[in-house]
Amino acid sequence: MTDISTGSGHGPSENTPAKLGYSPVADIPHRPRVADTDPRAARRAERQVASMFMLSMFFVVLFVVAFIAIDKYATVYIPVFGAVGAMNVALGFTMGVAIFLIGAGAIQWAKKLMPDVEVVQLRHDLVSPTEATNEAAANYERGKEESGFARFKIIRRTLIGAMVLFPIPLVVMLRDLWISPPGNPSPSTLLTTTLWEDGTRVVTDATYLPIRPEDIPVGGLVSAAPADLPEVQEAEHNLNARGKAAIILVRMDPAEILSQQGDGWDYQGILAYSKICTHVGCPIALYEQRTHHLLCPCHQSTFDLSDSGNVIFGPAARRMPQLPIGVDAEGFIVAKAPFAEPVGPSFWERG
Amino acid sequence: MKFLAARRRQPVVALAMLLFALVAVGGLYAAAGTVRPAEAAGAASSETQVEMGKQLYLEGCSSCHSLQAQGSTAGPTLIGVGAAAVDFQVSTGRMPLAAPGVQSVAGPPKYNEEDTAALAAYVASLAPGPAIPSAEQVDFASADVAEGGVLFRVNCQQCHQAAGQGGALTQGKYAPSLMGATPTQMYEAMVTGPESMPVFSDATLPEEDKKAIMAYVDHLQNASDPGGLSLGRLGPVTEGLFLWTAVFGALIAVAVWIGIKAR
Amino acid sequence: MSTTNSAAANPIPASPIEAAGGGVATYVDQRVGSNKFLGRTLGKVFPDHWSFMLGEIALYSFLVVLLSGVYLTLFYKPSMVEVIYNGSYVPLKGIEMSEAYASTLDISFDVRGGLLIRQMHHWSALIFIAAIAVHMFRVFFTGAFRKPREFNWILGVGLATLALAAGFSGYSLPDDLLSGTGLQIARGIVQSIPIVGTWGAFLLFGSEFPGTDFISRLYGIHILLVPGLILALVSVHLMLVWTQKHTQFPGPGRTNNNVVGYPLMPVYMAKAGGFFFIVFGICTLIAGLVTINPIWLFGPYTPDQVSAGSQPDWYIGWLDGALRIMPNLESYLFGYTISWNILIPAVIMPGIVFTALAFYPFLEAWITGDKREHHLLDRPRNNPTRTGIGVMAITFYGLLWIGGGNDIIATSFNLTINSITWFLRIAVFVLPPIAFLVTKRICLALQRRDRDKLLHGYETGRVLRLPHGEFIEVHETINYKEMAVITSKSDIAPLPAPVKVDADGVANRKYWIQSLRAKLSNFFYADNISKPTAAEIEAAQHHLDHGAALEAPLHAYEDADEIRNAHGGVLHHPGMANTNAEQLAGRSDR
Repeated sequence: MTDISTGSGHGPSENTPAKLGYSPVADIPHRPRVADTDPRAARRAERQVASMFMLSMFFVVLFVVAFIAIDKYATVYIPVFGAVGAMNVALGFTMGVAIFLIGAGAIQWAKKLMPDVEVVQLRHDLVSPTEATNEAAANYERGKEESGFARFKIIRRTLIGAMVLFPIPLVVMLRDLWISPPGNPSPSTLLTTTLWEDGTRVVTDATYLPIRPEDIPVGGLVSAAPADLPEVQEAEHNLNARGKAAIILVRMDPAEILSQQGDGWDYQGILAYSKICTHVGCPIALYEQRTHHLLCPCHQSTFDLSDSGNVIFGPAARRMPQLPIGVDAEGFIVAKAPFAEPVGPSFWERG
Repeated sequence: MKFLAARRRQPVVALAMLLFALVAVGGLYAAAGTVRPAEAAGAASSETQVEMGKQLYLEGCSSCHSLQAQGSTAGPTLIGVGAAAVDFQVSTGRMPLAAPGVQSVAGPPKYNEEDTAALAAYVASLAPGPAIPSAEQVDFASADVAEGGVLFRVNCQQCHQAAGQGGALTQGKYAPSLMGATPTQMYEAMVTGPESMPVFSDATLPEEDKKAIMAYVDHLQNASDPGGLSLGRLGPVTEGLFLWTAVFGALIAVAVWIGIKAR
Repeated sequence: MSTTNSAAANPIPASPIEAAGGGVATYVDQRVGSNKFLGRTLGKVFPDHWSFMLGEIALYSFLVVLLSGVYLTLFYKPSMVEVIYNGSYVPLKGIEMSEAYASTLDISFDVRGGLLIRQMHHWSALIFIAAIAVHMFRVFFTGAFRKPREFNWILGVGLATLALAAGFSGYSLPDDLLSGTGLQIARGIVQSIPIVGTWGAFLLFGSEFPGTDFISRLYGIHILLVPGLILALVSVHLMLVWTQKHTQFPGPGRTNNNVVGYPLMPVYMAKAGGFFFIVFGICTLIAGLVTINPIWLFGPYTPDQVSAGSQPDWYIGWLDGALRIMPNLESYLFGYTISWNILIPAVIMPGIVFTALAFYPFLEAWITGDKREHHLLDRPRNNPTRTGIGVMAITFYGLLWIGGGNDIIATSFNLTINSITWFLRIAVFVLPPIAFLVTKRICLALQRRDRDKLLHGYETGRVLRLPHGEFIEVHETINYKEMAVITSKSDIAPLPAPVKVDADGVANRKYWIQSLRAKLSNFFYADNISKPTAAEIEAAQHHLDHGAALEAPLHAYEDADEIRNAHGGVLHHPGMANTNAEQLAGRSDR
């Protein structure tokens, strides 16, 4: 069983020292290539390789020409590709071909003109010779002895203690990666509060128009925000408030509302729900007005807005929080209370 | 010889497969484009038009929407949907319904412009509803395309996708691609809310904003791809597909070529 | 290559360049002793096989990523300060956005060649991670991770993890709507971690989501920390390949104690160097011809918008898929929330996958009880259980991947996302074991075929009518190359079951663990089709020769490429240089 591990039965002789570190495999028949036997073929290969390098240089010139000559906003129509940016295609093509040809030339050179004779090199044991191992062990023992690491018990223990404690400052300093806002609110407090309060006016997102109930027809959808969002955003220089306060307003026939999260939280069939998914926080506004389903495009959690925003499909575990709404004296839609539960993804302290 | 010859064919086969994959993928994209439906006519309704529309309605629509257009189990009521809804559904070929399914599928329109206008006039005569927009209402020439982009991202892309390529809804429903939508159809869809689509009223999305959205969609429809082949503008999924088929096909073909002995 | 015979008689005088090169070599050698290294190195032998270049693809695409990345840092501004865009892309003109996004738009539209470099950076990053994966498949299925290469396998797993980190942190930098959505999901995942998650998310992002810090933090991670670590690990990875010498596939003359291939100078150098340019060239061509991540279509990031079809890049797709198909489990204990629906797919499952990946070599070595060094690769069929496990893992990964694109699949093939999700919820448990069984059976069948070929030769398709009327099909001995490959198989016997109580009545305290080991060993090796013994082959060869002798008068022609190998000898063909040695000698004569 052991001596059939190589097909030919006699591997390269292991006691003849390899010249230059390797020796050709002695017992594999070798077929000369055309370029090995036919000088004309060899010259052809030589020309082939040289012309690839030559073409590469040519394409570099083309690249520079394209860089200077082509208007960066120009487009060009190429079949299959359609209308594409002329600059990008020209630069990418010329530079790509130039680089590719260097590689192709080198490989063609190696394949056709360099020796294709496989050679053999012996492997050496990775394990160190015994003398080396002994020397290492002796040095280690001597060092251990001379340092007294084993003898001075108290030094050893205090050193270990010091080594364990010294990274603590490095970790402690990471605390202020988040600089607590004034009043030191805990993360869970922040995640639980939004801009919405009793009387906050609901305005359209992006255009910030106040909304009257009659502005939303049955089947309508409005992406909305609290009226004070622009000022808050201006003052805080971030989008944090927006990320929590985004809501959608939908209107359905009141007869179609099966349940809500609180009595009378709708206004004449207009319902306000958080826009932030309770799974991992994607903003959702894929509202199907016929089925009243709200679908998250990220992980496809589906909520039924006609039934308290309950989850009917997908990975989200909690219903969409509903915002109670009414109208103010001027007839615009306002929030009647803050969100009753935290919006957005779950977190440990949420309860 | 035979052994070597058989081996040498491998990279060629890989290349051929690669080309095939490319062509197939390209063909799919080409096929995915929707047919541009006929322009809707904005003709004013008249008595004769309503009468003609009623005849067409009774022949082609009443079996599902009932004789008085109050709807049945097979189709919703058309009372109060307005001319805009009819024009949208008929001019995009969604109605008359080819076959029952989760939602009607766009296709070549089955009625000509005149008949479509007549049907719309008839349904509009039943009860007031959104009218077919006038040429002025869908003239977005002076609209701000960047503003339209903002509004598109707030109101439209959640279903129709950032590049207007459409996307999946629940239970096999889908938001269609906007690549073939005309300004009139966009306007009609926004005010009537066909199928799953919610209604975007003029109060929360004023006409100027609607025009801006039309301008942005028009830009998307005509935009070139500065970076080259668009891969359908479908995002990382098609990019990954291209990577694993075409790019890796090419790289492995080269690796195989390097590994083969020259003749 | 010159073909004149005068070259040997008159050695070519050193050119000025060579003379200068020699001077430099001496100068450096006198200071660092480099010639000792060069002397050993320039003749170092590398085996040649296309699959050995998959790792090279990873290395070279990483170099392209580094090069293009340096260029991008010259133009990109890692800042979340809100600016009004005033560049040349009209559909975003006048829109408020972060400076990061604005500068990425400038790179794409106003810097000439900027879009090319951006796309080159992104495409080559995708190629980098994909090449790591494919390279890992090759190493796994051929058993190249076995002793002495376990460390290098672990380094590879570390590199794969870092590559994911590099990719994800880069994907998030343009601060467009798609990348921000990815970060929002990442934040949701961090937040789901029990006890520390909420604080962790606040510390990572510097505030609530999105805050104004993450771009500059990710930037440092993306351009310094992660690439620095990758460079360091890649260096060690390559040094180990260097010291341990590359594995090789079985073949004639190839043993566990040698390396058969081409010397570094010149062949391997030309091939590897050439391949770098080819990978670089392909990255550039694709960057020039195919769009990737058209951020201008997505718009600036804001936490209250999302586009349909929002997906991560391919390498995060499996995690996104896992998140999508996970049922909605959440526990509420003592006023605290545990989100299993996020923890299991996004934290626990990948944790298990990467841990299992890292420890697999040690597990297999323990089960096999094998302490030998392995430099000759396994053919995947010769270790059916390992191959089956690999295919099982790929199937699992592939199904999650489908989950990550289920909305695109649904709209492209008229399916529903709900039914795809339900299919995947079941399939991730059912299909991988089926894939395992099918693969294992295919491997065993191939082993049987190999055994047959060895004993009975291959079927020539030539049917012979014997004088007494019997028809036989002539079988012929396989050629020496195939013979060498097939006979390289090393049979591993399953470990015997341990005894509970030995002959002296002493209870075996390690019985449980030994029994588990024996069972696993049986699972791995019990079905193995053993290689025929030398005696069996000998006997079969006589039979084969007999068949060939019957046919001999019928075919005077001989297929030039078939080298008959009865009794392990090599028959030479006319027109073929006898050996490599002669061939080499012939070349140096010229």
